[in-house]
Amino acid sequence: MAPLRAPLRCLAQTPRRFYSGAPTPSAKLNLPIDYKTTPILHHTSSSLSNTSEYPAAATTKRLNYFQAINSALRTALSTSEKVLLFGEDVAFGGVFRCSMDLQTEFGSDRVFNTPLTEQGIAGFAIGAAAEGMKPVAEIQFADYVFPAFDQIVNEAAKFRYREGGTGINVGGLVIRMPCGAVGHGALYHSQSPESLFAHVPGVRVVMPRSPSQAKGLLLASIFEHNDPVIFMEPKILYRAAVEHVPNEYYTIPLSKAEVIKPGKDLTIISYGQPLYMCSSAISAIEKTMPGVSVELIDLRTIYPWDRQTVLESVRKTGRAIVVHESMINYGVGAEVASTIQEGAFLRLEAPVKRVAGWSTHTGLSYEQFILPDVARIYDAIKQTLEY
Amino acid sequence: MSMKLLARSGLVRSQIAATAHTSPARRWGSSISQRPGSDSVRFPGAVNSKFTTDMTFLKASDLPAIPTYRVLDSDGELVDKTRPAPDVTDEEVLTWYKNMLSVSVMDVVMFEAQRQGRLSFYMVSAGEEGITVGSAAALTPDDVVFAQYREAGVFQQRGFTLKNFMSQLFANCNDTGRGRNMPVHYGQNYPRMHTISSPLATQIPQAAGAAYALKLQDLQNPNRDPRIVACYFGEGAASEGDFHAALNIAATRSCPVVFLCRNNGYAISTPTLEQYRGDGIASRGVGYGIDTIRVDGNDVFAVHEAMKEARRLALSDGGRPVLIEAMSYRVSHHSTSDDSFAYRARVEVEDWKRRDNPIIRLRKWLENQGLWNEEKEKETRDEMRKAVLKEFGEAEREKKPPLREAFRDVYEEITEEQREQMSELKRILETYPDEYDLRPYKDGAKGLD
Repeated sequence: MAPLRAPLRCLAQTPRRFYSGAPTPSAKLNLPIDYKTTPILHHTSSSLSNTSEYPAAATTKRLNYFQAINSALRTALSTSEKVLLFGEDVAFGGVFRCSMDLQTEFGSDRVFNTPLTEQGIAGFAIGAAAEGMKPVAEIQFADYVFPAFDQIVNEAAKFRYREGGTGINVGGLVIRMPCGAVGHGALYHSQSPESLFAHVPGVRVVMPRSPSQAKGLLLASIFEHNDPVIFMEPKILYRAAVEHVPNEYYTIPLSKAEVIKPGKDLTIISYGQPLYMCSSAISAIEKTMPGVSVELIDLRTIYPWDRQTVLESVRKTGRAIVVHESMINYGVGAEVASTIQEGAFLRLEAPVKRVAGWSTHTGLSYEQFILPDVARIYDAIKQTLEY
Repeated sequence: MSMKLLARSGLVRSQIAATAHTSPARRWGSSISQRPGSDSVRFPGAVNSKFTTDMTFLKASDLPAIPTYRVLDSDGELVDKTRPAPDVTDEEVLTWYKNMLSVSVMDVVMFEAQRQGRLSFYMVSAGEEGITVGSAAALTPDDVVFAQYREAGVFQQRGFTLKNFMSQLFANCNDTGRGRNMPVHYGQNYPRMHTISSPLATQIPQAAGAAYALKLQDLQNPNRDPRIVACYFGEGAASEGDFHAALNIAATRSCPVVFLCRNNGYAISTPTLEQYRGDGIASRGVGYGIDTIRVDGNDVFAVHEAMKEARRLALSDGGRPVLIEAMSYRVSHHSTSDDSFAYRARVEVEDWKRRDNPIIRLRKWLENQGLWNEEKEKETRDEMRKAVLKEFGEAEREKKPPLREAFRDVYEEITEEQREQMSELKRILETYPDEYDLRPYKDGAKGLD
């Protein structure tokens, strides 16, 4: 067939419109996140070794988020023969490249494709975990986890409780899934269903913010807990977020939040990708309002969550905002805000604010207006400080 | 003509309980006890199964593979020279051909457009145009379609215009999806084709329920022509629980639905060998007691005849489901987000392209009949390309729907909470005008009123 590039080139002279989320030339807040300079990431190995959670004197390598997941999976597969890795399209490396080369290295008994069935993948993983393996199951997109909801809610979460005295549990089970918006994923490639899982006691819900966090938290999920873990990876970070990651085995504790930037006037609690927007908004506000300093906390594990770190911070600052990407209604922000209200009421100088996705679906053309952005976070900080 | 649907009794007559189509299997709940000397089972779960003293396990590998129905060979000649020519007019066949060609021309333009960053995503249906156009041609406008996402040919054949395609692809204010869905998630009210949903297989049980609704409505109103539901999906989707639920419930409720599986060999990177171990998807239909046929998807006549007969069967004896497995090869990448050469050899794809293709096969037939030639081909392709590019340009320039469409249709009415969120969003847009480009949207910030 004749090439069609020529007529298209003619069309290219018409004003080009980006399909989604392009910054305006005049924007000062809603700029694309500069992942090369953001203070959220460890751009040097020394900034990494200053953090107590990483192994001292570790050798490091700059990895993006999917490479860090790949490194964690490789470490896990070589640490224990009990570790299995499977899901749809996992064998060739996965649609996001997280399992690249692992089938070649560890064989198709332990790293393999499954048929296209999320309920099957989750149930298969639960059974394998119940018989002593450490299955790491991949759901291709968090949007597609719902056929597995029965297995997760009624089986994985209740397994130990139901078995009681038999002592049988599904520890070592990790269900990984890419989540979150990328700007053009619309209804079914954008969702962040963490609050649906966080409503279910019995599963731990984790969402790491960066490559080095992802590796440590994934290894902890596989090896250091006997609870099933829902491990959510903000897919926009897979290629965008690059930082130094220790080469060896290390773990970061689950259910422990981290103060990633100290401050005295206001606490922002967030997790996953919005942390980068929070960081941009904080540096903008600290420039326009000299003297103000804002504390930023990464929850890291969404449930069971580190209430004490959050309460301690808000008792110090007296003001709090919760930021997340998924819908505001019955979201993580509601739980955090209400816990703050109960635990730090007398210290509060402003209502706890929530900046989150609006109560709708992620319509393609409207994503940038539905999800939180730097301007909305900046505005919320200003309003809370000036309350 | 030797098109034969696999009836429940057709495959392994001796082992599978055969029950007449005209009377649904009765479960003798009240007399499950064995009569003395009876040679067959009266258990409620398996009627008319003969007792045997020969302990034999059914071995799937011992059964012959289900045959593939074909009318044309790859040279565009009738395989069976003794059969009558396909029962369609020259005009109809030319329309099919042009519809297949149009989808294929649009695919090439839009794939390239996505590569240029003009739209976020696209999925071609190269190699599957015969399945979609041929099957849709056997439907009436009142029939209802539930599709997956690689059925542009069904939309094309059922009157979806280039302007409709382009409006959806560019999510502009003429898109019936109101700018909300990813590209290729088309939808149309009449002839009804429900808007595509990305999650796999969810449409299959819905199709069974929809068919049941049509059946009851048509019983309640005997004056109208009876309708069926046609449901499309891939062989990968058939691994989802929803597929199995759908076939079983459609069989038990005798729903007039035709399930059409496009078996194109790949679910993204996963080849059929890792998707299932049985004889394709067709063998499952038999297991659910559903009349089933496998057809050559590169043969538009075979697909059309099978669908026409399936539609007739689906409406006979008070309604029943039918399964068609149409075989093809996904010559394209899964989508613009996929590079299939990461998991299959380029030569495999080139071989398939050379070996067989529904468009080329039909073209050969048309040329054999003196209905088509190189000149017409060139002229038609040029016209189509021009038409696609014209609608492309117009759709791309068109405004996006107003911002209120981000909130509308979640509920029938916008909720009080949403209304407050819309005011808050408007306040943000007006407080920080430099931060947002509202020009692409109809009515700018006022679009939230």
